[in-house]
Amino acid sequence: MSGPSLMDSLFQRSLEDIIKGLRQQLIGEQAFISKALEEIRKEIKSTDLSTKSTALLKLSYLSNLHFHDLSFAAFHSLEVLSSPRFSHKKIAYHAISLSFHDSTPVLLLITNHLRKDLNSTNEFEVSLSLQCLSRIANVDLARDLTPEVFALLSSNKLYLRKRAVAVVLRVFEKYPDSVRVCFKRLVENLENSDPQILSAVVGVFSELACKDPRSYLPLAPEFYKILVDSKNNWISIKVLKIFSKLAPLERRLAKRVVEPICDLLRNTGAKSLLFECIRTVVTSLSEYESAVRLAVGKVREFLVDEDPNLKYLGLQALRIVAEKHLWAVSENKEVIIKSLSDADPNIKIESLRLVMAMVSEHNVSEISRVLVNYALKSDPVFCNEILGSILSTCSRNLYEIIVDFDWYVSLLGEMSRIPHCQTGEEIENQLIDIGLRVKDVRPELVRVARDLLIDPALLGNSFLHSVLSAAAWASGEYVEFSRNPLELMEALLQPRTSLLPSSIRTVYIQSAFKVLVFCLHTCFVRGGSIVPSASLNNLPAGVSASVSYESFDEFSVENGADASVVHGQTCASAPITKESIVNLLNLVELALGPLLGSYDVEVQERARNLLGFVDLTKPEVLNSAVQEKDDSEGKGVETSKIIKLMHDAFSKELGPVSLSAQGKVSLPDGLELKENLGDLEMICGDLEPPSSNAFSFGSSYEQKDGLSFSNLQIKEDSEQTNESTSLLAEHRKRHGLYYLPSGKSELVSNDYPPANDPTLQGDIDDNADNLVKITAESLVPKRKSNHGKPRPVVVKLDEVDEKHVAMKKPESRDDSLSGAVRDVLFGCEDAPPTLSQSNLSNKLSSKRKGKEKQHTDPHAESKENVIDDGNSSLRRKDHSHGKERRHRSPRKKNAEERKETNQKEKEKSRRHHGRHKSRQRAEEPLKVSAQTPVIPDFLL
Amino acid sequence: MIHFVLLISRQGKVRLTKWYSTYSQKERTKVIRELSGVILTRGPKLCNFVEWRGLKVVYKRYASLYFCMCIDPDGNELEILEIIHHYVEVLDRYFGSVCELDLIYNFHKAYYILDEILISGELQEPGKRTIVRAVAAQDSLVETVKEQTGSISTIIAQASK
Repeated sequence: MSGPSLMDSLFQRSLEDIIKGLRQQLIGEQAFISKALEEIRKEIKSTDLSTKSTALLKLSYLSNLHFHDLSFAAFHSLEVLSSPRFSHKKIAYHAISLSFHDSTPVLLLITNHLRKDLNSTNEFEVSLSLQCLSRIANVDLARDLTPEVFALLSSNKLYLRKRAVAVVLRVFEKYPDSVRVCFKRLVENLENSDPQILSAVVGVFSELACKDPRSYLPLAPEFYKILVDSKNNWISIKVLKIFSKLAPLERRLAKRVVEPICDLLRNTGAKSLLFECIRTVVTSLSEYESAVRLAVGKVREFLVDEDPNLKYLGLQALRIVAEKHLWAVSENKEVIIKSLSDADPNIKIESLRLVMAMVSEHNVSEISRVLVNYALKSDPVFCNEILGSILSTCSRNLYEIIVDFDWYVSLLGEMSRIPHCQTGEEIENQLIDIGLRVKDVRPELVRVARDLLIDPALLGNSFLHSVLSAAAWASGEYVEFSRNPLELMEALLQPRTSLLPSSIRTVYIQSAFKVLVFCLHTCFVRGGSIVPSASLNNLPAGVSASVSYESFDEFSVENGADASVVHGQTCASAPITKESIVNLLNLVELALGPLLGSYDVEVQERARNLLGFVDLTKPEVLNSAVQEKDDSEGKGVETSKIIKLMHDAFSKELGPVSLSAQGKVSLPDGLELKENLGDLEMICGDLEPPSSNAFSFGSSYEQKDGLSFSNLQIKEDSEQTNESTSLLAEHRKRHGLYYLPSGKSELVSNDYPPANDPTLQGDIDDNADNLVKITAESLVPKRKSNHGKPRPVVVKLDEVDEKHVAMKKPESRDDSLSGAVRDVLFGCEDAPPTLSQSNLSNKLSSKRKGKEKQHTDPHAESKENVIDDGNSSLRRKDHSHGKERRHRSPRKKNAEERKETNQKEKEKSRRHHGRHKSRQRAEEPLKVSAQTPVIPDFLL
Repeated sequence: MIHFVLLISRQGKVRLTKWYSTYSQKERTKVIRELSGVILTRGPKLCNFVEWRGLKVVYKRYASLYFCMCIDPDGNELEILEIIHHYVEVLDRYFGSVCELDLIYNFHKAYYILDEILISGELQEPGKRTIVRAVAAQDSLVETVKEQTGSISTIIAQASK
């Protein structure tokens, strides 16, 4: 019987063997471990406790440092726990606190073991058990073991008492009702003279106060005394933490503590305490100018210290000060700027944040200049950190600090060219956003966009693709500000665009469409009046380069970097002549021809649209070009009609759309989004293939502009649609639900015209019309708000309210969240009065007579209030209040102090409704917070 | 409060882990991987604090070992540095000029000492002597038990029962 157990214990490998073995395994560590685990699995089932415990020890080693699951041994560790031997217990407790969690199934079985050990006479066993409880406590454990912990709170062994104090925090967290039982004793420990106990209690309160400071205001006198008397730095730090939470809640308290804290600031030699003082002053006592000055002085010492730790902390402290006292930051400007090039990335980031805190509308351009220079020199991570913070600071509150938008837009362009830049998406959003919001900046925006588009090198950088997409969009949308649309067209269609992802390519093609329409319109409809016409020789080299297939062979290959240099010089005037238009049309055909076979539907479709348009217009253009502009009336009329139509379509401006716009549109009656649109086949069946599909764009501007086309017009359009579009359209129809939202989101970011138009265009029934209307509705009010306000040079933008709505939502959610937290805490905090008054006051009556009297006789209490003088009553007083008041709603406190005559009745009623009140209080946290609670006068 | 304590060697080997907040086994591995990546790569004369997932990690290197503690964002970093130093001093006193090997072979002892210093993430005992005394007292408890069971004779006696 005992054979195997003997063998096991004789030949069992000890923990040391395992560790040695592991260290000898250079390779095959895993194999060694799994072999060891196998052994352990066997050994742990042994009936011999020492074998078992050794196995458990080995297992916890492996679990701890090699992360092997030890949950399978949960029950075995309980078995070892039941051993009478201390060494076994120790191993078992270690394993348990390592592996148990709330859902461990055998957690229920541990309660009695813990209870037994908590009552043990061996203080080390008790300590182990407490230690374990602090780690694995759940609601049940906390509830069941509260009496034991309560008993230990007044244990005469200091060793246990301080541990119990620390553990009580966990018990409170898990089982708030235990506050009723234990809180009083915890408060008593605040008066203990032993520094270790005191340190533990203050530690508990500083944790509690972090979560809900208000409830602990009544204990302020106690904390104050500790602050003044304490000679122990550990304790002082914790008390300061408590005061940094309490002081903002009660002005008089802040006034009271500011002096002692300043004394500490001046006199302490310990850096940790000094730092805590500084932080307390800057976070919670920032109204006290002299204290802040003193603290900032100390911060400066930190900043110039050799020790990078102090430097870092000094910068952090400055960042807190910066919110209210910007002077503190500017006083230390040199050090901060110097820290930007510190060796330590953390210090760099801190100083960057501080620099950003200094930014105002007066210095934004200088600071950005400095930072961009730093960004050019620094490593990629910090570079992007810098760019990100510039972007977020400048765009804060709808660009409130930006005065010169031209400068900002060109800064954006510059930033995107910084080699390590990875903030493309943010730059994209801001470029588009500014384009939409700030009218006056558009010419500059187009210029910046052109510079970006024209540089073929940028196309190879995938981080910049989104910036390019914004640039393409802007140049298409605001092409009328372009000095040379032909050159833009060239850039948009350059061969290297094949490097772009198709989603961005579609933006390019769409923009090219807009530019083309603009060129045609200027040329034919307006007769090229705005743009001074010039000879073909003046055509920028880029254009000629890729038009060269037809005419200029000499430039045929190069349209690269040199071309763009040439652009820089010649772009001053952009001629749009008929010849150049013809070249342009050829170029479009050449560049987009291959895309007709693209696998990406969007690209294919857009290319097809554009080519269709070219097909439609080209004969006329050629015709008129040949006739050398004699009568542009005759046949050209139809074409110019089309061109005019398209131009009108594109010339309406897009307004910013709030994210919630879609949600605001109510579903109109009779709109059947899910209806099967099979009858499309009929409509598309009798189409004539050759004629253009350009009109599939018809609805793209409908969408955009809210122009409602007459049914007839649409019908006409759709009849011209060729077969492939109809197939596409059908696809869309089938997945209409899928397309619609994407179209919407596109609208929001305005990347390219909504993708859902073909659906609308294709089907002519009411649904389509409705859809158009809906989108129009969702857009129109926005646009009104957008353009209704006249916007001078710099723009305080529209949509502010929109934004506010959007921003408020999360805020209010936060409120309700914190409200809920408060509910819970109030719930747990005001639990005590009911029990503590009945139970505890009885229990403790022998110990604290004075207190008991006050508990039972509220009248006496109020009398004392009047008599109240000086320090001695201060503490006594607090205890009565400490117990009662802290559980009372502060509101009530207020009332109490104002009308002492009423107090008696109130107290009575409170007694009666003690239980009700707790509930009631939970319901009125808001009211409570609205009123400043009154701290007992004795403090002040 | 302290959320966890880690001891990592310069080579990235974990020497000790102690968790005061709840982390699943998976999260623990992830945390250690992430943090050792961040901390071990930091050069010597940099500051000892790292911001990490909204918390702060305070670390300090002693010989080949990195002692790391993770605290709340409003915790006092310098205080934690002192606690780390305190722990190291106690280890030093207990093992007599402690080295990494001591911690490797006596990994459970290192735990027990840590348990004397910290409980539920709070500093428990700032006095070095008291700690060493308490640990020694527990050791002697363990030793006497071992003596009883450890000798061959007791095993044989057990076997022949």
